[in-house]
Amino acid sequence: MKKLILTVLLTLIATPASAQFVLKGGEIHTVSGEVIPKGSVLIGKDGKIEAVDKVVLSPPGYEVVNCEGKVITPGLIDINTSLGLGDIWAVRNSVDGDGGTENDKIRSAFRAADALNPNNVAIPITRTGGVTSIVAVPWGGLVSGQGAWVDLGGENMFSTLVDPYVVMSMHLGESGSNAAGGSRGLAMLRLRELYDDVAFFKQNARNFDQNRSRTLAASRLDLVALQDTVGGAKPVFIEAQRASDILAALEFAKAQKLKPVIVGGAEAWMVAEQLKEANVPVILHSMSNLPFRFEALGNRGDAVDVLHRAGVNVLLSSFESHNVRNLRQYAGNAVRTGLPHDVALKAITLGPATALGKDKDYGSLEKGKMANVVVWSGDPFEHSTRVERMFIAGKDTSLDNRQQRLMEKYRNLDRRAEPAKPGYEVENKTEREGPEPTTLEAKVQ
Amino acid sequence: MLRRFLICFALVAAGCSGTAEEQKKEDPKPVDYTYAPQDEYRSRNLVPTKSAPENVLIKDATIMTATGELIEDGDIWLREGKIVAIGVELDAVEATVVDAKGKFVTPGIIDTHSHLGVYPTPGVRAHADGNEATSPTRADVDAIHSVWPQDPGFYTALQGGITSLQILPGSANLIGGSTVTLQMHPGVSSRAMLFEGAPRGIKMACGENPKRVYGNKGGPSTRMGNMAGFRKAFQGAKEALDGYERHAKNVGKAKAEEGADTPPDPKRSRANETLMAVLEGKTLVHVHCYRADEMVQILELADEYGFRIRSFHHAVEAYKIRDVLAKWDVSVSTWADWWGFKIEAHDAIVENAGLLQEAGVRAIIHSDSATGIQRLNQEAAKAFYQAKASGLKVTENDALRWITANPAWALGVSDVTGTLDEGKRADVVVWSAHPFSVYAKAEKVWVEGVREFDIEKGAPEWSDFKVYQVPEAVR
Repeated sequence: MKKLILTVLLTLIATPASAQFVLKGGEIHTVSGEVIPKGSVLIGKDGKIEAVDKVVLSPPGYEVVNCEGKVITPGLIDINTSLGLGDIWAVRNSVDGDGGTENDKIRSAFRAADALNPNNVAIPITRTGGVTSIVAVPWGGLVSGQGAWVDLGGENMFSTLVDPYVVMSMHLGESGSNAAGGSRGLAMLRLRELYDDVAFFKQNARNFDQNRSRTLAASRLDLVALQDTVGGAKPVFIEAQRASDILAALEFAKAQKLKPVIVGGAEAWMVAEQLKEANVPVILHSMSNLPFRFEALGNRGDAVDVLHRAGVNVLLSSFESHNVRNLRQYAGNAVRTGLPHDVALKAITLGPATALGKDKDYGSLEKGKMANVVVWSGDPFEHSTRVERMFIAGKDTSLDNRQQRLMEKYRNLDRRAEPAKPGYEVENKTEREGPEPTTLEAKVQ
Repeated sequence: MLRRFLICFALVAAGCSGTAEEQKKEDPKPVDYTYAPQDEYRSRNLVPTKSAPENVLIKDATIMTATGELIEDGDIWLREGKIVAIGVELDAVEATVVDAKGKFVTPGIIDTHSHLGVYPTPGVRAHADGNEATSPTRADVDAIHSVWPQDPGFYTALQGGITSLQILPGSANLIGGSTVTLQMHPGVSSRAMLFEGAPRGIKMACGENPKRVYGNKGGPSTRMGNMAGFRKAFQGAKEALDGYERHAKNVGKAKAEEGADTPPDPKRSRANETLMAVLEGKTLVHVHCYRADEMVQILELADEYGFRIRSFHHAVEAYKIRDVLAKWDVSVSTWADWWGFKIEAHDAIVENAGLLQEAGVRAIIHSDSATGIQRLNQEAAKAFYQAKASGLKVTENDALRWITANPAWALGVSDVTGTLDEGKRADVVVWSAHPFSVYAKAEKVWVEGVREFDIEKGAPEWSDFKVYQVPEAVR
């Protein structure tokens, strides 16, 4: 209940007193329905989508955003990032997403939300890629802790924490093995013991409080945090790459009544049938195709398409922190290797929202949903396309960012004098300048 | 030349040298320490490979030559490993015809910064051969000795249109060692991949990495320590060079004076000789350097010792000193958008390449990644379209040169590859769509006229490591 209040509060804080907008005349990819070749999206004062219409509207009192020739999509959602959890990776004190020590393998009570820097400088940069929501996921240990849902807009800050606990993160395979002490067997053993004690604690909390309990596999708060995962109220990210690790994850999840999402899934295509059968989504890195670890020997570049064709629910993520803006490139590359365009768009919008139970508010352009909307100059996945307008919770959100400011600062170089000449002759000057610059451009597509 | 030295050395070591008399009969000669292009100074190719350049005519494509010319519905004829002709409606004698209607043709993509083979996949400790991090100046080591030709990443890079690439040691050391320029021919030995005639290169690194690695291992632990380390190494090389020159003079004197004793050879040192080649401008210098202020310091160092920097690598702040880099004619190998992983990479902007281009610097998009190298076309596209959106004066041809002609120049091979010109090597890629489209696939790749990849033929995997690793039934 407390969490609910917190969530509501945070949402209220985030809800700006915005104007009403009509995005007029654009090609609308609602994701939940058909593509509307030329229609309108109405954004209300409450920050919600008021209507998605198949005709071009200009209702009075609405600020008009001309979207002729533009593409309108829901804001993109990156379901598995470390954005906000580290300002600069090599500056230890700015990195905050690893919630434990080596002896502390179970960190289920650790909340990424507590570690998150809502003013992380990468957040406005992320917006330039059309991303409006991310899940910040902690790392390290066998159970890393709780991932937070963050919207990349806010009144006074770069972002707004929407929900501090949308997913629990844990690891099998090589990471799990390393955390547990050096064997996959140990990782499974620890997890089984842990969930035994989650159940035990639930029934014996009073005895525990009166100091009449055996030693448990994790701390009190860790066990409490995991209770929500039993029965599936909170989904669980299980990192698993090798086919056998994925099967182990499915079996464990079934036994403990968890709602799993496989993360990584380098060899997921080898167990596509089982994944489909269990109705378990997989978060993939569409540009990963090398056997980067021994658990990923079967990794292949077209896995996303292979899984999709086998009926598995595929989700895409950048797995990034500072370059979450490239999420659209990941989707585009999945299309390059065979995935249908609409499926790729869904895999970075409605797919992740649904997997984390947020589809009531996020992931598609539908009446009543959060007005997280992006206006693109063209196909969202193409490198030539830019984000032209962005609305987060109905608020017209700036695309300005630190890199943009640096660019402007150095657009002209103010020097007191010419730089010194080198102590050598610069030959081939003409070669450097190349032939006359041509304005000729081959057509993209 | 060095080969001769090596053979000579081997003979001495084996105790089979000629008699003292025989040696005396020879004219005294100065020690020949000069290094020729990389393939000449390396040992003979013990494992020769088959190479069958095609006689092929690629027809009706949009040809992006990277020279500024764009030919619609153009043809390009490859024979005996060279580009024979480019034009419209060519007549090619006995050539296999490849219908490329609706396709795009570019020069082979070139990456100035790769660790394929020296940091291969899978990334296990036993394969990590890129940093000889045992002391901060290791001019004596050579990346080719670490290249594992079975790295699965070579084949996936080729599938991204890469035809040649420079493999560098890592950046743990101030002086990491010699680099090697490879071309995409498979082989059991990395020698099969040597880019014939490419000059030698050396890798240096400034900034955070060396001081981090050696901070608790005897230093350097600061940037001033880094600079002191460079100066010490080059001072040593300079003195060694003086010694060799004195030796050559003494040899000359001994020749002139009848009956004079042949002066003894100077003490040989591979490390010094590598740096001497730098001082003499025979080796191209590649410096890993992020910050503008540090690049200026490196230019000062080079100025002091009289050598040139061929390319700054990563160089995310190059845009801040683009006028200097233009004047000093130093190329910049950078990413489209990597940033934030360390504080020296904090000021990166996507317009870096575009601003450099505008200022007349040879901009290059490099990968430094087994994943990124598979999509350098896309990385160039990201930098290009962002530059355009910011109103910079860059053309599509400029951006294509970021991954073709300019890297060719940085590696010293621009006279033979990097653009589609008659007479150049047949390093050619056929793309399914405009190479700056996210959907474009490299469909056919010729390296020196050999069709090393064809998407239709599904050629066998190069890497032995990939053989039967996963059950075939599920494939």
